[in-house]
Amino acid sequence: MSNAPQASLLPDGRRLHLHHGPIDLILGVDGGDREACFAQAKQRFETVLTGLVAHLPALRQPVDNAEFSDAVAQRMQAAVFAHRGCFVTPMAAVAGAVADDVLAAMIAGQDVARAYVNNGGDIAFHLAPGARFAALGPAGEITFEASDAARGIATSGWRGRSYSLGIADAVSVAARSAAEADVAATLIANAVDLPGHHGITRAPANEVSPDSDLGARLVTVAVAGLSPRDVERALQRGLEQAAQMRDAGLILDAVLSLSGQCRALSPEQNGALSYA
Amino acid sequence: MSAPEKIRCDACPVMCYIADGKIGACDRYANEGGKIIRCDPLTILDRRIAKGDEVKPFLAAHWDGRTASGNDVVVTAIGAGTTYPDYKPAPFIVSRDIEGIDFVTVVTEAIFSYCGVKVKIDTDRHLGHEGQVVRFEGEAVGHVMTSEYGSQMLSLGGVDHLTGGSKAEGRKTCAALLALCNKDAVELSIDEGSSVIVQAGQAPIVDAQREERMRVGCGSATIGMFASQWQGLVDEVVVVDDHITGVVSEHQAGKVIGWPETGIKVIGRRSTPGRYFKVAEPGLGWGGTNIEDPLSILGPWREAKGAAPGLSLLMVSTTGEHAGYYVLNEKLEPIAMPMPEALQPSVDLIAENCEPALCTVLFMGGAGGSLRSGVTKNPIHLTRSVQAEATRVTIGGVPAYVWPGGGITVMVDVLDLPDGAFGYVPTPALVAPLEFTTARAEYERLGGHSPAIRDLEDVLDAGGDYGDASRVVGVAK
Repeated sequence: MSNAPQASLLPDGRRLHLHHGPIDLILGVDGGDREACFAQAKQRFETVLTGLVAHLPALRQPVDNAEFSDAVAQRMQAAVFAHRGCFVTPMAAVAGAVADDVLAAMIAGQDVARAYVNNGGDIAFHLAPGARFAALGPAGEITFEASDAARGIATSGWRGRSYSLGIADAVSVAARSAAEADVAATLIANAVDLPGHHGITRAPANEVSPDSDLGARLVTVAVAGLSPRDVERALQRGLEQAAQMRDAGLILDAVLSLSGQCRALSPEQNGALSYA
Repeated sequence: MSAPEKIRCDACPVMCYIADGKIGACDRYANEGGKIIRCDPLTILDRRIAKGDEVKPFLAAHWDGRTASGNDVVVTAIGAGTTYPDYKPAPFIVSRDIEGIDFVTVVTEAIFSYCGVKVKIDTDRHLGHEGQVVRFEGEAVGHVMTSEYGSQMLSLGGVDHLTGGSKAEGRKTCAALLALCNKDAVELSIDEGSSVIVQAGQAPIVDAQREERMRVGCGSATIGMFASQWQGLVDEVVVVDDHITGVVSEHQAGKVIGWPETGIKVIGRRSTPGRYFKVAEPGLGWGGTNIEDPLSILGPWREAKGAAPGLSLLMVSTTGEHAGYYVLNEKLEPIAMPMPEALQPSVDLIAENCEPALCTVLFMGGAGGSLRSGVTKNPIHLTRSVQAEATRVTIGGVPAYVWPGGGITVMVDVLDLPDGAFGYVPTPALVAPLEFTTARAEYERLGGHSPAIRDLEDVLDAGGDYGDASRVVGVAK
């Protein structure tokens, strides 16, 4: 017996909570017809999960030239395709892509100052000129202005909800869309790693989660005994990966966190991310 | 090793395969022993109900509709999920009204890398020498620490066993701590000592023998308490004890009521008159010694000092569990005889005055690290506020003892917590429900995440914002 999608206004009256299966979205709209926006979002959400499920087997395969009829699957494919040089499946962008798609549906034909869809920390947002958006990241508050190119932020790490091949506690990435941020955060978090380090415990992904798109690849299940030098080395690997992505125009900025140490891609506060 | 059983969850269209003991992609449903169960994101502990140890799982459907405000409802962090390392606000920051003050309770499940348990085992039996290694399933998980009155003490866990040793050591330590904290029984073995089954709130089982009573006092104290009741019923009393064995005719308590000499000779190191250390080795026999036959601690009786045929002797342990009655024969040898009816009540009185032997498990952990940043943007303010008692710390809704000095090091009796309150992560480390409660004004002064504050009703109705922040804490029907 499968549960239907659920929608409920949070008691503050300003945010909508949408839930279906593994998807939890918190939606917010300021400066516009909130009710109409929420109605549009709800309508789109009805078929988000069922649309994805039809494509799940293909979405769990390493990215190739596959074509999808579902809008969210298309967003996943597009975001991930740019990274096809390494092992990655479209699932790496699923959370961000859902956020992007629901945001687009929510504000279609509407004139709003600010809107966001937060999918468990992977956030798509819309900013009209003059609007700002703030999120609390690993290194503090991250603020986006309408003039920034960023319209999505995502966070990944082995302690989070999905499995990671790396050891980053958290990697937050700002990109033009949440889907692009999502896949990049996943891959940068994978790169923050110390292969062969005795303090890192790994297990085949399909042992912990039989359906995992990562198959028998070893995912991190515990990290202990890192020296400050280890931390520095691991973060450096991630930063190199992040810099390549930035230079290729795939992301705007990133901040990496491991064992209480943070490194930002843009050392100065003049990047797309600024830290309060 | 057989493959873990995985089953298909049909709660949503994703139809996850979930392995035993794992949670599905939604973090809402899990496979527990081959059954799909619902995970509860937050447990509400109603103080009134709590006295009966009943906990309401948080689900709007299970809430009885009573207004959720005031002191009766404690928001507990059980099942709140964790955001470790806590760079974003704790999963629920709950605001509620207490006596007109707008209170803020920050609810999170804290991962305690620095944690352990202190175990008090009420027994006079010698479990092992101080400093000896305590093992669980063969791995070192702690040590015997200094004993307390009528009790043996163990210190288990701690960061060195959890993450400082081998992987196996860490896993076994975590498993032992988790079981003890969740009030389950754990069998521990002490190097060159005993094996003991420990379970919070239950009698210890030492080398397969269930301990019923704590001793009433040491042997000397027992003489002091009961000397006058023995007077006139028996000629000599020896209270056998691993610590101090007492002899009534020599003891000050006997002297003051004019107890005559008996010519008894106790083999042991005399401390003061009538008080003997080390009458035997520690063990599982009489009074925590290795004595099976109490006469073995007596030397020849001395006629010159008052020994005579027909003289009667009571030997009894400090719990009244062991007792024997003897009469000297013509050769001044004590011969076992049935206990006279008149004497039995004094033995029973010792037993009656003993408290039931229990195991006590105190969870102890340090909450000084990154989890504070889930509460406030400036963690040191939280530490200072807790130390100044402006912020109250509770674990699973139970007020915790906060150690003086640096950090937020807390201690709580696991028996006060609801069942299954503790979890673990593979680090390995324990996960415990942790709450900070303070006035809204103080919270804002601390640099708290004020925008994340939600009314209690809101949390009860809608649950947390974080769908990814829940843990199995129980089965909802």
